[in-house]
Order: sequence, then C-alpha cells, then structure tokens
Amino acid sequence: MRRRLPFMLALSLTLLTAMFLVVPALMSMLAGVTSVYARGISSGLTTEWIIEVWRLYADTIWRSILIALLTLLATLLIGVPVAYAFVVNPSRFTRILDEIMTLPLAVPGLAVALAMLQLYGGFTDFRRSSLFIVAGHVVFTLPFMVRAVAATLSAVDIRTLEEGAASLGARPLRRFLDIVVPAAMPGILAGSLMVVTLSIGEFNLTWMLHTPLTKTLPVGLADSYASMRLEIASAYTLVFFIMIMPLLIAMQIAARANAGKEALP
Amino acid sequence: MTAGVSIELKGIAKTYAGGVQALKPTDLAVARGETLVFLGPSGCGKTTCLRLIAGLEMPDPNGSLSFDGEDVTRTEIEDRNVGMVFQSYALFPNMSVAENIGYGLKVRKIAPAERDRRVREMLALCGIEALSERAIDQLSGGQRQRVALARAVAIRPRVLLLDEPLTALDAALRERLRGELDQLLRSLGITSIYVTHDQAEAMALGDRIVVMRQGAIAQIGAPRDIYFRPASRFVAEFVGAANVLSGEVRDGSLHLEGGKLALAGTGVGHDRSLMVMLRPESIRLIAPDQAVWRGRISAVSFLGDRQRVTVTGAAAQPVTVEPGNDLELAIGDLVGLDPAPGSLVVIPKETDSA
Ligand SMILES: Nc1ncnc2c1ncn2[C@@H]1O[C@H](COP(=O)(O)OP(=O)(O)O)[C@@H](O)[C@H]1O
Ligand SMILES: [Mg+2]
Repeated sequence: MRRRLPFMLALSLTLLTAMFLVVPALMSMLAGVTSVYARGISSGLTTEWIIEVWRLYADTIWRSILIALLTLLATLLIGVPVAYAFVVNPSRFTRILDEIMTLPLAVPGLAVALAMLQLYGGFTDFRRSSLFIVAGHVVFTLPFMVRAVAATLSAVDIRTLEEGAASLGARPLRRFLDIVVPAAMPGILAGSLMVVTLSIGEFNLTWMLHTPLTKTLPVGLADSYASMRLEIASAYTLVFFIMIMPLLIAMQIAARANAGKEALP
Repeated sequence: MTAGVSIELKGIAKTYAGGVQALKPTDLAVARGETLVFLGPSGCGKTTCLRLIAGLEMPDPNGSLSFDGEDVTRTEIEDRNVGMVFQSYALFPNMSVAENIGYGLKVRKIAPAERDRRVREMLALCGIEALSERAIDQLSGGQRQRVALARAVAIRPRVLLLDEPLTALDAALRERLRGELDQLLRSLGITSIYVTHDQAEAMALGDRIVVMRQGAIAQIGAPRDIYFRPASRFVAEFVGAANVLSGEVRDGSLHLEGGKLALAGTGVGHDRSLMVMLRPESIRLIAPDQAVWRGRISAVSFLGDRQRVTVTGAAAQPVTVEPGNDLELAIGDLVGLDPAPGSLVVIPKETDSA
C-alpha cells in the first residue's frame, strides 16, 4: 500500500501532462476533418480539407520526403566512415573534429543558416535548389548519425574483428562492407530514423534557407497558419502527424531493440 | 595436408609509438611443419612477436622476415596467407559458423561448391558439424575456439599463428582442448606458432619452446631441454618449480648449510662459488643417517597424486621436495635429501639481475 501512493501520484501527473499536450493536438486534428470548425463537430465530418491541402501543398510534402532521403543518403555516406574513423583512431584530432561537428547543434539554426547564406548565397543555382536545404539539413543532422554509429561500433572490438578479416585476405574496402557495416547496423538504423525525422520536422534553418519554390512541409505549415482558414491549417497538421508518427514509433522500437542487444553478454 | 613454410626472423625488433621497445632485435628460425611455442610472463613481447610474423605490426627498420626464403617483411597481412587464431577469437557476429569458416575462401573467390566442400571438411575436422548454421552468440567458449581454428585452417595458410587460444576457457576444458589441438596440429603438419604464458601448455604442444623475457629470447629448446637444462635462473623458475641453491665449491662438492652435493659429471670448472638447480621431483627423501645432505621438514601438503614437502636447514632457502604419496611424513622429522643422478643443473652466472 505504501508503495502504491507514489505510483498513483506519478501516474496522475503523467496523465495530466499528457492531456495538456494531447488534447490540443487532438482538437487540432479534429478541426482538420470538421466541415465548419466554428459550428463544431455537429456540422459534420469531411475529407474536403485534406483534399484541399493536397491540392495546395502536395509539392511541399514530396519535397520534404525527397530532402529527407537525400539528407539521409549524405549522412550515411559521410557519417558512417567518419564514425568508424573516430572509433578506430581515437586521437586529439578526431576529438576536435567531433567538437566542430557538434557545434551547429549548440548554435541557433538561424545563425547557421545565415552563415550558409553568406557563404554560398553567390552560387545562385545551388542557392535556389532544394540541395541548398539538403546541405543545411546535413550540417544539422550529421552529428546524430555519427554519434549513433560510433556508439554501436565502440561496443564491439571492431579493430580485432577487422584484423581477423585481414588475416583471411580481405582488403580494407571489403572489410568495411563485410564486417564494419554489419557491426554498425543497429546504430545506422537508429541514426537513419533520427536523421529522417529531424529533417522532415526541421523548421528554423529551413525557413531561412528556403525560396518560394523550395518550400518544405513545416515551412508550408507555417505559411498556412498565417494565411489559410483554420480548417486547412488543421488538416495540414494532421497530414504532418500521419507522416511523422510512424517514424517516431519506429525510432522508439529501434532504440529498445538496441538497448536489449547491449544488455546481453 | 599442407606442410607450411619455414620462417626466418633476422634482427626483427619492434618499438611502439611512445618508445616502448616491446621486442629487442631477434633472430629466430622455425622449421617447416614445426610447432613452436612462445612462452613467457605477461608483457614480455610474445603477442608483439606473433603480430610481427602475421603482418599486423610493422617491424623497426633493418629487420627482415622471410617465409621459405621469400622476403615478406613489407608484405601486407592480406597477402601473407597466414592463419590467425586470436585470444578473443574475433569471430564475425553477423555470420553463421559456416559463413565464418568459409569467409577466407569467399574472399579468395573460390567457387561456392568447392567452398562448401572445404567448409564441411573443416567442420568435420574440428568436430563441429552440428553447429554449422548456428549464430556466433549461441556458441560456448570451447565451441568458439574450434570455429576460430577451423576458420584459420580453412584457407590452407602457410603458417598458423595462435595467440593464447585456450586462456579464455576454464581449466578442465582447457586441458581437453589442449589434447585435441595437439592432435590436430600434428595431423595437419602445418608450421605453427603458439603463444602462451602457461608452461604446461607449452610443454604439451611445442616441438620447441622459445622462452621470452622482457622483449628478448631467454632460451630456445625442446621441452625437455628447457625443463632439465635451463640456461638461466629465470628459465628454471618460469618453466616449473625449482630449487635454486648457492654454495661454496670445495673438493668437487658444493657445500650447503645442511651438507654437500657431489658435483661429479656437471663439468664445473674452478669456480669458487656456484649456483645450481634441482627440480622438487628429482630429490628423493632417505633416512638421515644414510645421507650427506640433511634438513628438517617444516611443512607437508598432501596433493593426492604426490606430496609437497618443505625442508629447512638444508640450504639457505627452504628446499621443496615432491615425494610419492605413500611416504608417511611429519613436521619436525629429520630427513636426508638424495638428488637423482644427473638431476643437478649448474645455472650460469647472469649479467642482469634475476
Ligand atoms: N599497441 C601497443 N602500443 C604500445 N605498447 C604496446 C602495444 N602493444 C603492446 N605494447 C607493450 O609492449 C610490451 C609487450 O606486449 P605484448 O607483446 O602484448 O606482451 P605479451 O603478449 O607477452 O603479454 C608490453 O609492455 C606492452 O605494454
Ligand atoms: Mg599477449
């Protein structure tokens, strides 16, 4: 009995907090499928607003997905080898590199964006393409990929595994693909989910870097809040939730699978 | 199967970044098909020497390493064709047992059918056919050891290198696998270099033993040579229990606290003082009135197959004797000590401290 009281307290507090966040979100999503929000649910449910969102903003949704996938590709190609180098050759140099790489996380996104605009603003074609946003997202998400992969690789004796493969005749590239990548896979998976989720949801940087022709989903969302009727903004939010939720859930599952694996001897 | 190659080290040394000279310039020749054991205390440079032969470390300039006369000093490990068994086994966790064993063959682009056949041959040789599809994390320590060995042998290496392959296992299993390993190495007839800090393992497996100390070779010889004719006090004490005794030489005998030892046949010159070694099992306990060397029993421990007896007063330090288990002994008894003929070994004076 004595132990139940703190538990009940904690539970009510959690529920209360959840309600504080969840109820408005639910209300907003509900608004997206309500005919006329001012008259409430009684005005009837409809998919009209979602269709309207698709008509107006489908391009931002596709662009966000494309940018997320390109960002993922870039962070994989850069992040996995960098994480491997950090783990196999820990030195003062790699530590400094790690610090530099993590810096953009501490600096506000707006400042990073400003720096990028000053530096690359002159390259007009690049600056006007979605690739400019991809570059910003890579700067922002790379440390997450590197950290996730490095953590996984540090947990195995990757150096000795590689020496084993080398003694069997495997050259460096072959060892990297056959031994290092599989060993890093749980970290690669967790890092990938993180990168895609962060990229799809990123607003600060993206808002500074976008042009009218390279709007992403969150930028479009801000746009709609400012200029569209409430039902459309709400339907748009609903679409965003539907896209991001599976990613968040997958991230949780991956994190749990990883934790389970590390608990084994 | 393969007989492997002969190996020759000439002036091979290794200084690690940071200035530790883990291996002093070393000359060593390993015969084709021989099993050579590096034996020595932890940190004496055994692993370093093995890794140099494997190609996992680059030696200091001026040394040279050759396999069957072919200089491989600058050859990368991928091209040396050496089989390596690591202390931690280094099995690939993302591959099954069969895939681990077949990996070296896959890298060598051997056709799948032939690869399969050789993997099965290896599984049979190491007695692990039933484990072929298992994941590595489902294997016991002994099973992992066998897979690691099978994987190294599958590539038909020129030399098999084993770094303390049994150290991670418990004592009973270690003894059994040691026997299996010995049979396997002999049936393969492959040149093998085996690193251990366990003298019993070294004796059981080695055609010859290289005793190492502080980055240098202390002695090379067959197990019997090393055991019965150690070249230094360090070797004498490292490869087994030893009584090291110092005394004065007079009239062809070594004079100790509890009597004297005849030096006939040891080829001693005209030294005035001498250090000798006697193994505990080569000293017989006899009646004190028949002996020229005596002492008093200060401790007896019954070990089942034999007893360990400590005798004081016979020499400056207590002397350990290991008589059979049928002798009734009590603390305080006066006993005579009788070394077996030829068991007395003169230890050369050392320049460095023991
Ligand atoms: N990679 C390394 N860097 C620096 N020193 C090392 C390295 N590997 C081994 N050593 C040092 O070299 C010496 C010999 O080591 P090692 O060959 O591993 O000995 P053993 O296998 O006989 O225990 C030790 O003093 C050890 O600390
Ligand atoms: Mg070692």
